[in-house]
Amino acid sequence: MIIDQVWLVVWTLLKIVAIVLPLIIVVAYLTYAERRVIGFMQGRMGPNRVGLFGFKLWGLAQPFADTFKLLLKEIIFPAKANKFLFLMAPVITLATAFAAWAVVPFADGLVLADINAGLVYILAMTSLGVYGVIIAGWASNSKYAILGALRSAAQIVSYEIAMGFALVGVLIAAGSLNLTDIVNTQAGGVGHWFFLPLFPLFVIYFISGVAETNRAPFDVAEGESEIVAGFHVEYSGAAFALFFLGEYANMIMISALTAIMFLGGWYSPFTGDSWIAQPSIFWFFMKTGFFLLLYLWFRATFPRFRYDQIMRLGWKIFIPITIFWIMVVAVLKVYHIGPWFN
Amino acid sequence: MKIFRYFKSLTLKELLKGMTVTGKYFFKRKFTIRYPEEKTPKSDRFRGLHALRRYENGEERCIACKLCEAVCPALAITIDSEQREDGSRRTTKYEIDLFKCIYCGFCEESCPVDSIVLTDIHEFHFESEGKNVLDKAQLLEIGDMREKEVAESRKNDAEYR
Repeated sequence: MIIDQVWLVVWTLLKIVAIVLPLIIVVAYLTYAERRVIGFMQGRMGPNRVGLFGFKLWGLAQPFADTFKLLLKEIIFPAKANKFLFLMAPVITLATAFAAWAVVPFADGLVLADINAGLVYILAMTSLGVYGVIIAGWASNSKYAILGALRSAAQIVSYEIAMGFALVGVLIAAGSLNLTDIVNTQAGGVGHWFFLPLFPLFVIYFISGVAETNRAPFDVAEGESEIVAGFHVEYSGAAFALFFLGEYANMIMISALTAIMFLGGWYSPFTGDSWIAQPSIFWFFMKTGFFLLLYLWFRATFPRFRYDQIMRLGWKIFIPITIFWIMVVAVLKVYHIGPWFN
Repeated sequence: MKIFRYFKSLTLKELLKGMTVTGKYFFKRKFTIRYPEEKTPKSDRFRGLHALRRYENGEERCIACKLCEAVCPALAITIDSEQREDGSRRTTKYEIDLFKCIYCGFCEESCPVDSIVLTDIHEFHFESEGKNVLDKAQLLEIGDMREKEVAESRKNDAEYR
């Protein structure tokens, strides 16, 4: 009995490690990919120097050099800052960003916690992440940090609504809150994926996701040209690294969720009997990678929104559209209309 | 019509256009020069580190006329002179303070015997205090080292002067 329980704990811990370690490596290489892709889009090379043992390797060792540099640097506490909260804030950001991964199914059955309220759990975790930002801004005892935190709080509250409504559409279409079930209802080729009947919700969900993760063009919380670096001006060293890690983990999270809820998760876009048509983790990663590329592409293309424009977009455009489309989907679903809901 | 504008913005047409532009640039040739391996071409008139030249028989060109010292706007050049045993006037001290020098090239233009020149060396540094002052021996050594390139670039540029 006891051995069984101990084994359960150990086995779960191993599974957590198997998710978190690759995640951290992907985060590291996402920062590299970001600098390379944005560099390429701006006619530059991006980092291509740092290599291992004298080999340049297109700069592939760059993220490790950056990580070790950050970890070796000193954490500076601002005068009269609340030290406890100052250190808690990056931990909250990182913990919520990683905790949300517990319910993400990578392939059929390949999930740490196959809970029924997976969607609600993810909404809760991504919403909690904003506390890290707010607490960081407040505990820093700095005007730029508090401005960044306030902006971030208002922005995330606004976009959380549109995002939640977009997910309600998915919920109606799939009839389940369990992420594995949501993917499985999309089985049977591209035509059955939710991004077709829920197209406006799909676009709005991803754009809201970009806003939720404080990424360009919605990065007013950082806004380096106006408020230096926003909520994390005062952070340095390992504490800053945690914020960085949290932000990029959230980006991957949103990309993975968009792939799961609108692009059929691990299902292949092809039909037939060859290996490429089989549902596999490969397709899940391809779809997630596509959305991550979109993140970088957005950042290379769009200038930052003005603050009032962000609020207008969130409240006056996204929320009405999502409410309207939820009603459309509900009617289609209830009366079994159309090619998707009969 | 305002309503058409709304629908147009809902199609995200302009945003997609912008993304097409950046997407195209992703595959275009990059402008970066990978510096230590690749270098941009340098003009024959490039004004870099200074050098004192010699004639082909090994005699130093400088006759200590001190025109360069006089013309130097930054007062970076210091010259002392004396009569040599054979009766010709030569410098005993010829120093250039590279921290004062603004690399304007007036010294080279004022020199009646093409002695002081600015070479195309631009990658140099000093490792200790006082090394910023080049003395006569160092300048002559740079001149000996770069004589071929200096003569070449002066020859190329001569017809445009």
